[in-house]
Amino acid sequence: MTINMKKTIRKYILENLLFTEDESTLQDDESFLDSGMIDSTGVMEIILFIEESFGFRVKDDEMLPANLDSVNNLADFIQRKQVIVA
Amino acid sequence: MCGICGIAALSLEIKISESDVRSMLPPLRHRGPDGSGIYLDRCQRIGLGHTRLSIIDLAGGAQPMHNEDKTVWISFNGEIFNYVELRKTLLKEGHSFYTHSDTEVIVHAYEQYGDDFVQHLNGQFAIALWDSNRQRLLLVRDRVGILPLFYTRQGARLLFASEIKALLPQLSEAPRISPASLDQIFTFWAPQSPNTLFEDIFEVSPGHMLVLESGRLQESTYWDWNFPVQDGYLKGSDSELTEQLYDLLADATSIRLRADVPVGAYLSGGLDSSALIALIRGHSDAPLKTFSIGFEEQSLDESAFQKQMIDYLGVENSRILCHNRDIAEDFPATVFNAETAILRTAPSPMRQLSGLVHASGYKVVLTGEGADEALGGYDLFKEAKIRQFWARHPSSEWRALLLKVLYPYLETSGTQAKTYLQNYYSIGLDNPNQPGFSHLTRWFTTAQCKVFFSKELNAALRDDAVARLTKQLPPAFARWHSFNRAQYLEAKTLMGGYLLCSQGDRMLMANSVEGRFPFLDHRVIEFANQLNPRLKMRVLNEKYLFKQAMKNNLPRQIIERHKQPYRAPDIPAFFSVNPPAYVDDMLSEEKLKRYGYFDAQKVGFLLKKARRGSSIAYKDNMALVGVLSTQLCHYFFIEQFSQTIREAGIAYPSST
Repeated sequence: MTINMKKTIRKYILENLLFTEDESTLQDDESFLDSGMIDSTGVMEIILFIEESFGFRVKDDEMLPANLDSVNNLADFIQRKQVIVA
Repeated sequence: MCGICGIAALSLEIKISESDVRSMLPPLRHRGPDGSGIYLDRCQRIGLGHTRLSIIDLAGGAQPMHNEDKTVWISFNGEIFNYVELRKTLLKEGHSFYTHSDTEVIVHAYEQYGDDFVQHLNGQFAIALWDSNRQRLLLVRDRVGILPLFYTRQGARLLFASEIKALLPQLSEAPRISPASLDQIFTFWAPQSPNTLFEDIFEVSPGHMLVLESGRLQESTYWDWNFPVQDGYLKGSDSELTEQLYDLLADATSIRLRADVPVGAYLSGGLDSSALIALIRGHSDAPLKTFSIGFEEQSLDESAFQKQMIDYLGVENSRILCHNRDIAEDFPATVFNAETAILRTAPSPMRQLSGLVHASGYKVVLTGEGADEALGGYDLFKEAKIRQFWARHPSSEWRALLLKVLYPYLETSGTQAKTYLQNYYSIGLDNPNQPGFSHLTRWFTTAQCKVFFSKELNAALRDDAVARLTKQLPPAFARWHSFNRAQYLEAKTLMGGYLLCSQGDRMLMANSVEGRFPFLDHRVIEFANQLNPRLKMRVLNEKYLFKQAMKNNLPRQIIERHKQPYRAPDIPAFFSVNPPAYVDDMLSEEKLKRYGYFDAQKVGFLLKKARRGSSIAYKDNMALVGVLSTQLCHYFFIEQFSQTIREAGIAYPSST
């Protein structure tokens, strides 16, 4: 479950933010902001991706780098949300 | 306005042929549809060419033009707005004139003042002047780069012209795209002067003069943006300075209304164009025709503000409504006219607008560019000011929150905005005195587009674009106020390299329309540069003194309006419906690989994302437009080199 979810996240980030299939270009704990993968508008794309792929709404006060700013942060955040929904 | 060109011999063995000079004229026909001329000196050391758009002295202004004894010759593109006063002075000095044109004034000013003649000119110009007695050629460009002038060496000849496409017929092979220039474009939005997109083709930099004498080329700076150090700012009360600024703006506008044809104006609905139209109305009661762009896309449309000004000042107005599809259809022609890669489609509607001006029977428009640079209007200046303030206490959370004033879209939630702002805008905070501090956020974001560069292109890059730029800043730069440093960088990168050319002259001239820029009158810039920065931005109120100067002539809503940068749809222009066929062709794996600048797989992913409609980020938009325009430049100027030369000036190119 978690492995699949992480795969989905990685595939999305690789193809849509790094524009590549090369797995070695993305570390799971790498900050999207610090590496320049997203700009000030880019976080909206990530939120859209989560909402469309995982079926829950990201609330305003959840739009934090701690939830959204690396593959690991995203995976933890989505998992927490899914537990709550379940 | 006109097109100029020419060829000069760099060694004694070389003789210039008239037919070679003539071959450069057809690509400049759009700049000068009313006539053309050639001068070849007796020894065939030099040939000057000219295509003419007649605006002043319609009957007598044919070029190239000469002095009394035909020893000084000139091919000139532009306007000298103080030619009436200069002519009077020169007549008193004993010069005799055979025309009433502003061009002839330059010839006599050169005789009178030598190379310092340029200091006496108030205007926009690209000049090629041949002094046959001293066997020297001068190539001179106006102070801020309103008009273009390019040159290259070809064997032992120097070729020069208003546009790069006029150099092509005299090149033995197609030019090459310069990796360093792509690096600069994908960082600053434009090549760093004197570079152009093409290797070995240069521009005469704004405020520079090139002298060719005895086969040697020497360059000098005759004017530059200059700011006081520390407390050297203009003295006087705010109201005195306001009055001085108003008088200067009024005069800068009034001398730009001199023409033997009717003059119109661009109206965007923002402060600057509204102020300009108020200034014109203050000077003349003649009916004024204005021209505006409306957008299908509501978030970019300023029609309501335009209408307010049209009613308030009682001016006539014609407008285009720009659809996404129009931009996509016109984009190849836009790139062909711009002759460089661009990261925004914004020039395209400007090209359509000059088309409307031309179709309305107008040849000249006044336009409001330059007020933001000279008088301190850009959001970027505010951003820099806030970041500077923040850097004094980098751990402060609330200092960063000031950025929300600037970018209202960040106002989705307090927490979100705060943390993202702190991450995103904190670049360089540890060293706020570094030269490029004000522009780091923009340059960093833009440079992310370089992720699409191919391995080969990356391998060809030698030095970092930002490091190279900062190495070439004037010695006094470090001692200027941080606000002035930001102004300087803005004037030298975006304004000179993009706004005034790709989005300015080239889009105007594509339809044989001359733009005039009162806010870029050098007296206005020099005055503004001497102002204390607090008069340009008071706390976070931009263009403070300018607003003070104009407040009695404009509705309050226009003065107090939140600044809306001029933008056009980028990715949505191409992908909101199916893109025109050339888009798929230019971005095909085959063409990407063959041209070699970009990584085909990465561009493929970007394309997929764009088609899905999920490309929101600025950098995706810049990257797609940048990749597409680079591909188009390669297509027009390299792959189709021979054909472009053959078809130049006939009816090319148009995808509609």
